[in-house]
Amino acid sequence: MTTEHTHDTHDHAGAHASDHHDDHDHKPTGFMNRWLFTTNHKDIGTLYLVFSLIMFLIGGSMAMVIRAELFMPGLQLVEPDFFNQMTTMHALIMVFGAVMPAWVGFANWMIPLMVGAPDMALPRMNNWSFWILPFAFTMLLSTLFMDSGGPAAGWTLYPPLSLQTGQSFAFVVFAVHMMGVSSIMGSINVIATILNMRAPGMTLLRMPLFVWTWLITAFLLIAVMPVLAGAVTMLLTDHFFGTSFFNAAGGGDPVMFQHIFWFFGHPEVYIMILPAFGVVSEILPTFSRKPLFGYAAMVYATASIAFLSFIVWAHHMFSVGMPLSGELFFMYATMLIAVPTGVKVFNWVSTMWKGSMTFETPMLFAIGFVVLFTIGGLSGLMLAIASVDLQYHDTYFVVAHFHYVLVPGAVFALMAGTYYWLPKWTGNMYSEKWGKIHFWLSAISVNILFFPQHYLGLAGMPRRIPDYSTQFADFNMLSSIGGFIFGASQLIFVGVIIHCVYRSKVKATSRVWEGAKGLEWTVPSPAPYHTFDVPPPINAQTVAHADEYDH
Amino acid sequence: MNSSAPEKRKDTRKLVIKLAGVAVGMFAFGFVVMPPLYDVICDITGLGGRGLEVAQGASVSLDSDREVKVIFDATVNSALDWDLHPNDPVAHVRLGEMSETSYLAFNDSSEAIAGQAIYTVTPPEASLYFVKTECFCFTRQSLAANESREMPVRFYIKPDLPEHIRELTLSYTFFQLDEPAGATVTGAAQAAQE
Ligand code: HEM
Ligand SMILES: [Cu+2]
Repeated sequence: MTTEHTHDTHDHAGAHASDHHDDHDHKPTGFMNRWLFTTNHKDIGTLYLVFSLIMFLIGGSMAMVIRAELFMPGLQLVEPDFFNQMTTMHALIMVFGAVMPAWVGFANWMIPLMVGAPDMALPRMNNWSFWILPFAFTMLLSTLFMDSGGPAAGWTLYPPLSLQTGQSFAFVVFAVHMMGVSSIMGSINVIATILNMRAPGMTLLRMPLFVWTWLITAFLLIAVMPVLAGAVTMLLTDHFFGTSFFNAAGGGDPVMFQHIFWFFGHPEVYIMILPAFGVVSEILPTFSRKPLFGYAAMVYATASIAFLSFIVWAHHMFSVGMPLSGELFFMYATMLIAVPTGVKVFNWVSTMWKGSMTFETPMLFAIGFVVLFTIGGLSGLMLAIASVDLQYHDTYFVVAHFHYVLVPGAVFALMAGTYYWLPKWTGNMYSEKWGKIHFWLSAISVNILFFPQHYLGLAGMPRRIPDYSTQFADFNMLSSIGGFIFGASQLIFVGVIIHCVYRSKVKATSRVWEGAKGLEWTVPSPAPYHTFDVPPPINAQTVAHADEYDH
Repeated sequence: MNSSAPEKRKDTRKLVIKLAGVAVGMFAFGFVVMPPLYDVICDITGLGGRGLEVAQGASVSLDSDREVKVIFDATVNSALDWDLHPNDPVAHVRLGEMSETSYLAFNDSSEAIAGQAIYTVTPPEASLYFVKTECFCFTRQSLAANESREMPVRFYIKPDLPEHIRELTLSYTFFQLDEPAGATVTGAAQAAQE
């Protein structure tokens, strides 16, 4: 039995599907077989989600070190070099270890359930793409304990500074390579699943938005992760093999690194946010009890954002000395992104408009997302103005901007999605009371944490420094207090999840939420180990949203 | 969509190969294509400020009486124990006219060190109109302990310099050369030598 599951699952779509009809819930036995060798999309989804939660806590502890050091002016707790290792590691862990794997976890769990497929298209590759990650992050984290210390040049790894990292730099580069390989394999799997495994009748324009946003994200990943791999490889050869890609003394150009990095880096920020757009677009209609407003417009807006994300990279480089025409091009192209983004925000608000709204925890997080992400988008527009970015660049204003889009943006969407689908995953209801407490503490503290950073930045406080002039003291203290509350609140999140999985007595129905639509709600809760061995019927009752069924 | 299972698997395999191809292609784009492409773009557009022309005692046309201000700047990489100063930080030069200036380099250390100067011109597009006929950056420079040296630069600026450019900065950074004497230098320095 066990071997059949672990070695033959790629056949589920076809020949073996019928074997499994009567043993829907037969899971492989034994810890190794169940988790290490698993090829089941739900197990792998769970692994990804647990992994990213652990990374979220590790990266979060680093943020606590940062905010503790910045609580007061002066150097109190850590050495400046360690502080820089903390900012660098915090970002690398959160971006590549927490947010991205969490979205892949959602993709694994939900995409097959949402398109009516029995599993991902390439189950064995799926196992690989997950199990690479623990090794990658062990390698990355181990640099903190090496003589030469962890990377401390910022997550952007700009040379020449990053080339001054000691021997541990090789570990950082190989860790990034492994994360890249994992993401690329994951993306290939997502695309193959969406394009080849949909149930008959699930046409592209009947797919849930989460599936759409992930399809587009996967293309972004395949296009840019290899570029990052190329950039860090060049850093590696510059550091250890005497090449001069970025070394001015040898005829290279450090600015070229910035171009290559941001050609990856800007699409990367959309890689983190597009699936968030998808999740929010699933949740808002459910709790507004109304179809999503402008489904097709949402799809096209997502696609245009993805396309535009390739031609705006140099808005991160306004201060390197570009010709005027370059500054203007990248400024206008960047501002153009606000148009499809505006379409999305408009559609979310219109979805809620005159809906019979209720405010369960997923809905609270989704609404929090819409409001606070928009604030981050607005500060992004300010940064896009090339002439003033010269002042804002590398200050806390930028820190405030990207934390608004990433924390109450991407991370809130992850939490919204977790609360939304947790009953489907576990079969139990989480504690609504504690979920709401978690939301309100997070939503208030995240603003105390990041809003003052706008003022700090406008007043000129540079980012990535362990000490600062006393004029910045009050806002920093406020920000740190917000940070500590936010950090502590996340322990509630962990508690709610553990309680839901192991202790909760309230069983979830299949539909879970009164207004929920879509295929995932047609299977029992918890979702059986094997679902949709036989393709489900696709009709107005089972499709989450499609313009054709809306009238 | 309604295709049979083996057919579906074949489709998936084809798709996977294509997508993997895209990934490999993008890696090649970043790693193999991008660096030379970047140099070509920089040479054509002057971006990066390295598009200078090197000429040998060129004949100069004097059909312009426009004057521009040229600022001479000098930096020494932190790994190199030298001092470097322009003898005249600013010059006003007539377009098309051959000018000469010089830098003074001093080896602060107690041993002989070889250095290589790398230059840029700002604004970058102006580099396309900047012609050097002689420069200490064309070759490696060796200074004995505590030796100082006057290093000349001869250049002219082409008369068709765009109107809006009224001020240029020529900047040098000296880097330590670890290679033994006679070793080749790469990139910009090599281009300059050719
Ligand atoms: C309307 C949309 C947006 C605009 C116009 C915008 C614009 C900008 C600009 C101009 C910068 C560079 C600032 C500087 O370094 O001086 C920047 C930085 C950044 N943005 Fe955005 N942004 C937008 C949305 C987003 C989103 C959705 C995310 C991520 C989910 C994001 C993440 C980031 C990050 C991480 C940085 C800083 C990178 C670093 O230097 O470490 N932005 N943004
Ligand atoms: Cu960007």
